[in-house]
Amino acid sequence: MSAPEIGGTEDLARRIRLHALRMTNIGGGSHIGSIFSCADILAVLYGGILNVDPGAPRSPERDRFLLSKGHAGGGLYAALAERGFFPVEQLVTHYQNGSDLSGHVSHKLPGIEVSTGALGHGLSIAAGIAYAGILKEAAHRVFCLLSDGECDEGSTWEAALFAAQHQLSNLVAIVDYNRSQGIAPTSEVIELEPFADKWTAFGWTVREVDGHDHEALHRLLQGIPFAAGKPSCLIAHTTKGKGVSFMENTVLWHYRVPRGAEFDAALIELEGRP
Amino acid sequence: MRDAFISVLSEFAPQHPELLLLSGDLGFGVLNDFIARFPRQFLNVGVAEQNMSGLAAGLAMEGHTVFTYSIGNFPTLRCLEQIRNDICYHHANVKIVCIGGGMSYGAVGFSHHATEDLAILRSLPGMLVLSPCDLWEAGEAARYLLSHRGPAYLRLDKSAAPANVQRGEAFRPGFIRTVREGMDVTLAACGGILAEALLAADALAERGVQCRVLSVHTIKPVDSFTLATAASETGGIISIEEHAVDGGLGGAIAESLLEAGACPGFFVRMGLRNVFSSIVGSQQYLRAVYSLDAASIVQTVSAKLGIASQILA
Repeated sequence: MSAPEIGGTEDLARRIRLHALRMTNIGGGSHIGSIFSCADILAVLYGGILNVDPGAPRSPERDRFLLSKGHAGGGLYAALAERGFFPVEQLVTHYQNGSDLSGHVSHKLPGIEVSTGALGHGLSIAAGIAYAGILKEAAHRVFCLLSDGECDEGSTWEAALFAAQHQLSNLVAIVDYNRSQGIAPTSEVIELEPFADKWTAFGWTVREVDGHDHEALHRLLQGIPFAAGKPSCLIAHTTKGKGVSFMENTVLWHYRVPRGAEFDAALIELEGRP
Repeated sequence: MRDAFISVLSEFAPQHPELLLLSGDLGFGVLNDFIARFPRQFLNVGVAEQNMSGLAAGLAMEGHTVFTYSIGNFPTLRCLEQIRNDICYHHANVKIVCIGGGMSYGAVGFSHHATEDLAILRSLPGMLVLSPCDLWEAGEAARYLLSHRGPAYLRLDKSAAPANVQRGEAFRPGFIRTVREGMDVTLAACGGILAEALLAADALAERGVQCRVLSVHTIKPVDSFTLATAASETGGIISIEEHAVDGGLGGAIAESLLEAGACPGFFVRMGLRNVFSSIVGSQQYLRAVYSLDAASIVQTVSAKLGIASQILA
C-alpha cells in the first residue's frame, strides 16, 4: 500500500471529522465525541499503516482492522469511503431507513471485518483471526481499536490473557483512552489506572502515545510488534470530541447530536474558517 | 454421546485440517487422545467462554470449522451475546457443543444442568439446533456438522436411548425419526430421555396402547410435516424433554402444529414447569422427581386416554 505523507493523514482526519459531523447531524444519532476521539488514529491507520486494498477488500493478505468500539462506526465509514471502499455519497445514508450504515459499525460494508456495538467483543474476534494467521504463517496483522470504557468488560481481559499466552505478535490493540465513558469520566466509574501496567502485567508490550499526534502514531504503528513474541498494546491518550472546542472533554457530547447553531459552529471550526 | 462425538471428530480430523476443537478447560481424560494426535487442531482457551466464542468466530472467519466444547450452560448461556453477535450475525462456521444436556450432571447440581438452552439457542437466527437421542444419532450429528456451514448447536446427553437404526438408514438433519409406529398416541422426545418414552411405550403396549415414538433430534428446523401427520393420525401428542416446557421441544412442536393448522386430539408438554432442578440426585432420580420418567409418561398417557395407569406399579 502507498503510504501518504503525514500531511495527508492530517487532511484525512479532518475529512473524517467533517463527514462524521454531517452524518450525525443528518442521522440524528450520535457518538460524535467518540468518533472525533479516534479520527486521527483511523486516519493514520487507513492513510498509511494498514495494508488494505479497496479493489480487493477480502484479499487474504490484507491487514485486518476491527473496530471494537462499534459506536464510532461513523468514523470508520468515513475513513473507508475516503479510501475508496464505497462511494462517499453513501455516507449520508447513515442512520437512515434501509441503509447499510447502521449507527454501530456493520460488516455489510466492504472493508469492514465485523459488526460490533456490544462492547468487549472485538478483541476476542481479533485474537481468533490473529491465531488463525499464525497457524497459516501468514504475514498480515490484526488491529483492534478499543474504547477505554470497554476495558470495564471482563471479556476484554479474557482476550488479553489469551493473546499473551499464545504470543500473538501479529495482534495490536489500540486503546482510545479519552478517559470518558458513557455517562461519566472513567475515573469516577471504573478507574483504569495504572492502565499501561495492567496491559503489561497481562503480558503485552505497551507503548503510550498522544492519539492526535500523527507523526508519533505513524512511527509507533510502523514499529509493531513492539517486542517479538508478544501482542502489542498502544494506549492512545486522546481528547473526546477532539477538533471542536465546545465538544472537547465533555461527557455531554458522547450522545448529543450536533444541530442548529452548534452544528454551524462545529463546521466552522473543522473547516478552519476564522 | 460425548465419546461418540469425540470419536467422530478424531476420525475426521486428519482429512479436515481446518477443523479446530476449542475447550473451555474441560474434557480431562476424554480429550487426551484427540489432543495427543491433533495438537494443532486443539486449543484449551481456559475458563473463559466469552473469549472462546469470540475467538471461534474469528477463527471461523479465517476458514476454520470450529467446535466450542464445554459442559452445561457454559458454552451457551454464559456467552450468549458472543454467540448472537459474533457467531450468528456473521454466520460464522462455529459448532457449539454442550456436554451434559438436561440434568445429565445430576447431583453435581443445578448450575450444571442445561434446561433452558434449547429455547434460547433456537431463537437465534441461522442456528441449527441438534439434540440427538441415541449414540448413533450423536455420532451422525457430529459427522453431519463437519460438512454443514454456519452456526449450529449440538446438545449431548450423558444418557442415551437404545439405538434403533435401520439397515442403510441415513441421518437426515431436520427430519424426525419415527423409532416406533403406533396410532393411539405420539410420544415425541429429544435427547437421551427418549429412552423413557420407549420404556413407557413398552409398558403401554402391554395394555393395548400403541405409541408412536418420535426422535426429534433436530429442534430447529423442526419437522412440521411429521408432526402434523402425527397430529392427524394419532390420538394426541406428548412432548418429552429434559428442559423447561417453555420454548423448548414442546414449544417448538406447539408452534409448528398451530402454524400448520394441525390440531392434535390432545397435547401435553412434559418437562420442567417453572422450576429449577434444585433437588439433589442422579439424572434418573431427577427424572422421577420431576415427573419425566417412564412411569410418569405412562400416567400422563393413561390420564389422557382415560385408562387406569397402575400398570407400572
